[in-house]
Amino acid sequence: MFWEYAKAFLIGGLFCAAGQVLIDYTKLTPARILVSYVVAGVVLGALGWYTPLVEWAGAGATVPLTGFGNLLARGVRDAVDRDGWLGVFTGGLTAAAGGITAAVIFGLIVALLFRSKEK
Amino acid sequence: MPSVKTTPAQYSAMAKEAVPPSPSFKNIPLAFLIGGLICMLGQGLLNLYQYWGLTLDRASGFVSITLIFLSALFTGLGCYDNIARHAGAGTLVPITGFANSVVAPALEFKSEGLILGLGAKLFIISGPVIVYGLAASWVYGIILMFMGYGGMK
Repeated sequence: MFWEYAKAFLIGGLFCAAGQVLIDYTKLTPARILVSYVVAGVVLGALGWYTPLVEWAGAGATVPLTGFGNLLARGVRDAVDRDGWLGVFTGGLTAAAGGITAAVIFGLIVALLFRSKEK
Repeated sequence: MPSVKTTPAQYSAMAKEAVPPSPSFKNIPLAFLIGGLICMLGQGLLNLYQYWGLTLDRASGFVSITLIFLSALFTGLGCYDNIARHAGAGTLVPITGFANSVVAPALEFKSEGLILGLGAKLFIISGPVIVYGLAASWVYGIILMFMGYGGMK
């Protein structure tokens, strides 16, 4: 139990520390980092390298945005296996649907209910 | 008695001590700490949902949804930005950062209207993430098809 949390902390922390290195030492803006992490997750997922990491680190690998990319890759792989060419077009968005819908719906509700804080 | 003359090597050693370390020395461990804690929270939720009888995949989906909900709520309350100011990539890289990138502009541009303000600006950062993430997965699908993995069941 303890090791499970330690591994999630370690791998999740490393993904974030790497992001901070990119912010501090390159010209990558936060938006570019988000895009790069998701695309990197798709590539790592496609190469089959991300699944072992998920098995080892659990939420430490699924919570960072690379995990979201890996989910897209897995979705396409399963959909292509099931539906052929149709799966090429449906797999990614199907796998991402829960996350995207949650972000849009909660975003909409929060934006309607709350006021922007003036800085 | 300390000598007034210093060699260049001594000088650079003294300068190193006097100059405060670059912000990275603080930023990187902080990003590691906060990001790691968010993932530990995710692991706790994952265990809880599995304890409640969900399969690993479903539990994992609900963990994302829960973290997105919490991030949206804290963004609305104004506390996410306060944490993010110190955590940097620690709050950006986890899925909570994606949710924050949806909620923050939606809130900020609500004053410009519900359609082209809130509705459009909601996707200002998450839009590109979805565009390039989907494009990458589409390319992967094409590659799989040409490698002969495509089925029709």
